Amino acid sequence: MCLAVPGKVVETVERDGDAPMARVDFGGVVKDVCLAYVPDAVPGDYVIVHVGFAIQQLDQESARASLRLFAELGLLEEEFGDAWERAAAESGEAAVR
Amino acid sequence: MKYIEEFHDPALARKLLDDIRATVTRPWALMEVCGGQTHSIIRHGIDQLLPDGLELIHGPGCPVCVTPLEMIDKALEIASRPGVIFCSFGDMLRVPGTGRDLFRVRGQGGDVRVVYSPLDALDLAHRNPDREVVFFGIGFETTAPANAMAVREARRRGLANFSMLVSHVRVPPAIEAIMESPKCRVQGFLAAGHVCSVMGTGEYPELAARYRVPVVVTGFEPLDILEGVRRAVRQLERGEHQVENAYPRAVRDDGNPAALRVIEEVFEVTDRSWRGIGTIPGSGWRLAPGYRDLDAEHRFAVTGLHTREPARCRSGEVLQGLLKPHECEAFGTDCTPRSPLGATMVSSEGACAAYYLYRRLGGPVRAAREEATRRG
Repeated sequence: MCLAVPGKVVETVERDGDAPMARVDFGGVVKDVCLAYVPDAVPGDYVIVHVGFAIQQLDQESARASLRLFAELGLLEEEFGDAWERAAAESGEAAVR
Repeated sequence: MKYIEEFHDPALARKLLDDIRATVTRPWALMEVCGGQTHSIIRHGIDQLLPDGLELIHGPGCPVCVTPLEMIDKALEIASRPGVIFCSFGDMLRVPGTGRDLFRVRGQGGDVRVVYSPLDALDLAHRNPDREVVFFGIGFETTAPANAMAVREARRRGLANFSMLVSHVRVPPAIEAIMESPKCRVQGFLAAGHVCSVMGTGEYPELAARYRVPVVVTGFEPLDILEGVRRAVRQLERGEHQVENAYPRAVRDDGNPAALRVIEEVFEVTDRSWRGIGTIPGSGWRLAPGYRDLDAEHRFAVTGLHTREPARCRSGEVLQGLLKPHECEAFGTDCTPRSPLGATMVSSEGACAAYYLYRRLGGPVRAAREEATRRG
């Protein structure tokens, strides 16, 4: 119920007086989504959709920044850490010192 | 799917786990608030990857699980009436009321429809002017913008045959109730990301300060959960209790202002009873006075209900994080998705359903199976 999924706005549909709608692509499944709460979204943008409503625009730069941050974790460990322990972990065997 | 798959990357998960392992020096207990997070954690086995002593306690954030039995029974009664089309999210169909559920009501001739969006219920009302269309408006803050918009649109489109049975709940008062419990073991919270997509983070600094607990706004994919855990334990190890946003791609500090305006217009805060837990002051929303005529509770006088909760269901303890699902005597034996004692066993966000679905067996179930194996 709190599940909300990111989808890509394919096209927006303006109807006089009615809430703005969009066609949103969820990896191949395309659905009609209400854009009333994310009125600035344009085709190509990603929105987070819950029960047929976009509740937030997905900040693509933040997404990339998070992934970069995760990738950089452990860089110091790789630089200064114990190479034997890492090799042992990778091989699945105990390190023989 | 883009922005989902990247957040499942096993190599990055390992980096996050290594960082968590390097940070933790003693046992900690974190609560993930949202049932969607619980499912992600159990499905991906995240709790089993964490260092020993770092425990994830499952929270009450499953809207269908906490919808009070009396409200379910009201829904079943209204849905059974001739002339009514009763619309619900699919999650609600098998939630047990007293003796039956919506799925069974449909089998007995009630016109129960599953809708994807509350706007679909408005279209049904438009196409069936001679029928009363009732939408079961449940959910946390995530769902409130959609349900509020449906009410507002019904008024604007003059759909006099539409009404909503409202059972909305709010997260912050529930956190408060959990922290006030004498049995509380929670030392930090992974706050529900999509609730904060709507509400922002402004409700949490006061709670974090008062109870001296870190609150980390957390997403739902495996890397999101690990990042939430990583930030929470980092704070705990440093003796800090701040609000952090570990889900910035979907959460802004001020939430969604357009959605907040509509929620403010359509709903007002009310006390709400939570199934298995009891009444939590200020923990719900109901329709504001200007929209009261669209309230199904007012339109359909439902009286003479005799609610009865199965005595053996311990979902209240599960929802408060006091009991793990498989520690319940009935789990997997007398209580299964096929024949559930409580809502936590059937909802796609219920903790018991997650444990059952992903075969996290233990306690009585495992003992019974081992016994059966021994006997051959």
